[in-house]
Amino acid sequence: MIKNTDQPAAVKNTAVSIAGWPIQQVFRLLEYPFSKIQRGVGIQGMPWIFLLPNLIFFGIFVIIPLFINFAFSFTGGTELFLSNRVYTGTEQYRFLLDCKTFGDPITCREDRFWKGLYNTFIFVFFQVSFLVLFSLITALILNREIRGRGFFRAVFFFPVLLSPVVVALIWKWILLRDGILNAFLVSIGMDKILFFVSPEWAMFWAVFVSIWAHMGFYTLILLAGLQAIQPDLYEAAEMDGTSKERVFWRITLPLLWPNLLVVVVLALIKGVQVFDEVFVLTGGGPGTATQFIVQYIYNTGFTEQVQNFGLASAASIVLGVILFVLTMLQLAVTRARDNG
Amino acid sequence: MADPGVETKNLVSIILARRGRKKWHWTDIFSYTYLALGIFLMFGPVLWLGMSSFKTRAGLLEFPPTFFPLGQIELQVEGYEKPLLLFDVKMDDGSTRQLAQIRRIGIVSQMVDPKNPGEKFKIPIDQRTKVREFRMAWENYRDPLERFNFLLFLKNSVVVTVVATLVTLLINSMAAYGLSIYEFRGRNAIMLFVIGTLMIPITVIMVPVYLVVTNLGMVNSLWAVILPGAATPTGVFLLRQYMLTIPKELIEAARMDNASEWTIFSKVVLPLAMPAIAVLAIFSVMWRWNEFLWPLIVLNRTEVYTLQVGLNAFQGELDVQWHYILAMTVVTLIPVALVFAFLQKFITTGIASSGMK
Repeated sequence: MIKNTDQPAAVKNTAVSIAGWPIQQVFRLLEYPFSKIQRGVGIQGMPWIFLLPNLIFFGIFVIIPLFINFAFSFTGGTELFLSNRVYTGTEQYRFLLDCKTFGDPITCREDRFWKGLYNTFIFVFFQVSFLVLFSLITALILNREIRGRGFFRAVFFFPVLLSPVVVALIWKWILLRDGILNAFLVSIGMDKILFFVSPEWAMFWAVFVSIWAHMGFYTLILLAGLQAIQPDLYEAAEMDGTSKERVFWRITLPLLWPNLLVVVVLALIKGVQVFDEVFVLTGGGPGTATQFIVQYIYNTGFTEQVQNFGLASAASIVLGVILFVLTMLQLAVTRARDNG
Repeated sequence: MADPGVETKNLVSIILARRGRKKWHWTDIFSYTYLALGIFLMFGPVLWLGMSSFKTRAGLLEFPPTFFPLGQIELQVEGYEKPLLLFDVKMDDGSTRQLAQIRRIGIVSQMVDPKNPGEKFKIPIDQRTKVREFRMAWENYRDPLERFNFLLFLKNSVVVTVVATLVTLLINSMAAYGLSIYEFRGRNAIMLFVIGTLMIPITVIMVPVYLVVTNLGMVNSLWAVILPGAATPTGVFLLRQYMLTIPKELIEAARMDNASEWTIFSKVVLPLAMPAIAVLAIFSVMWRWNEFLWPLIVLNRTEVYTLQVGLNAFQGELDVQWHYILAMTVVTLIPVALVFAFLQKFITTGIASSGMK
């Protein structure tokens, strides 16, 4: 038994030394140019040298694109290169936001965008509420004195590491017309359900599968929050003979509240960007029943016959605004948690 | 050393035994029910995937499905070129015999007794049931390797994962070093900048990054997947927080010995920051292995597909070959399962302490 616990460490050490050798050689090779540079710029200049590669990457792949995004959204046509594109002012935005009544996607000129937005809203509402609820229950249970706690933590956590494609395929295989779930329904005397033909069922499974895949992550954060609560508080409550329910409402929940808020906002930010699992699971269907805003951007920009980059950019800026608001919220709640 | 007394206790009392408090509370029952259900819901689907991946194409079409992979027994019968399928047949006199099917014509099948190849029968098909045995269809795993580009996808995924992780580790640790060891004007501004980029997900800048990648001539090459995500703000942040805890005296001492800044970085700081680097390496491997949306956009030719994109393409085909897809899904899942099995502690503490994944 004792030997077993040493094994991972041994494996790790050999792995590190095998992988480490070429890396050491690379570092040795870089030694000479960097000492040359240091002679040139002096020690005060070195932090910038160390920062440079990373900043170049950020610049090329994040900052410049961010500006190009705005430029794109004010142009029309199907050309990819900016110099070939026609300036159209705010036309893309006016097209996107042209609605008779904003509550009903059908009355909008670009109804697919609004359907996507509307679907995303429904998805996020159900996904985030149940995700947080189940993560909380799971974290509370895993925080108890339970046999095999590490095992159970792993049980709930492992889907987090699976790729969205794998997750979607696992569940698609279960939910097919002749899948095991329908076999079960038939065996208890019910009819088969065509889950991917009914819009409601497709949305239900989109939410369900996404919760299944991500619950472990939020459970882990909440569990860390629960374990940070001072045990003497519980001991004192137990001495006083306080009931478990009261302990939960008066000690656990108020002290966990800041973490819970952080989890909610994190889940919102992830939820708004839902794409991968659902795209593989339902393909956005039936019809557009599970098509979300990211898929709208993807379709508009990359899969349609006429690639409308301008419209896709405008839509992604709308998404960016939503995310920006949520991120500000995240900063606020995180700061409140860390200071309180 | 196990307490010998434990073994003599009966199972129920071991299960029911509790630490601390003696009385059962409704939350205890709820907890264990929840956990049992949890195991079923979390493991069940993956187990089902594994089981199904060993079924033959015909086995997968069966409804209701069987749990274990079963294959119908095929027999080589004298006088027939191809192996024949074996059935249990209910004969007219009420007895049951094992017969092999020669051919089926409508609702009647022509059968032969394998022990006595001269004896032939005409049997209505509803009187026969397949004779099956436990059989793993390894061909589901073997065929995609030979017939499809599966090995190529696997290679692409490995290249992307390894190269991207190395690039990420190098430039992120350099940046973190610059931001943690030195004090210089503009440091806070850069830090804000890093945190700012943390908030710009790829979903918001897909179109312009595609333009940049096209401009650099990288579309349909693996670099298009490797480079855009290489400078992770998460990584810079994680490594910097860790490097801040390295005592300044160590670096001062190295400078006294005339060590160059690069030497201090690679010989002093990096070895000390190994735990954080390991966490970032694990994260990066997982991000890259599982990445889907961006590769889907920039990789449009089969030769450059990664596993995830390839799997998605297979499942979108008109004639979905589930027996291959399930097997390939299992293969895609294995590296992650291994990482998880060996490095679970690293991952969970990494997430719990940084709140990132």
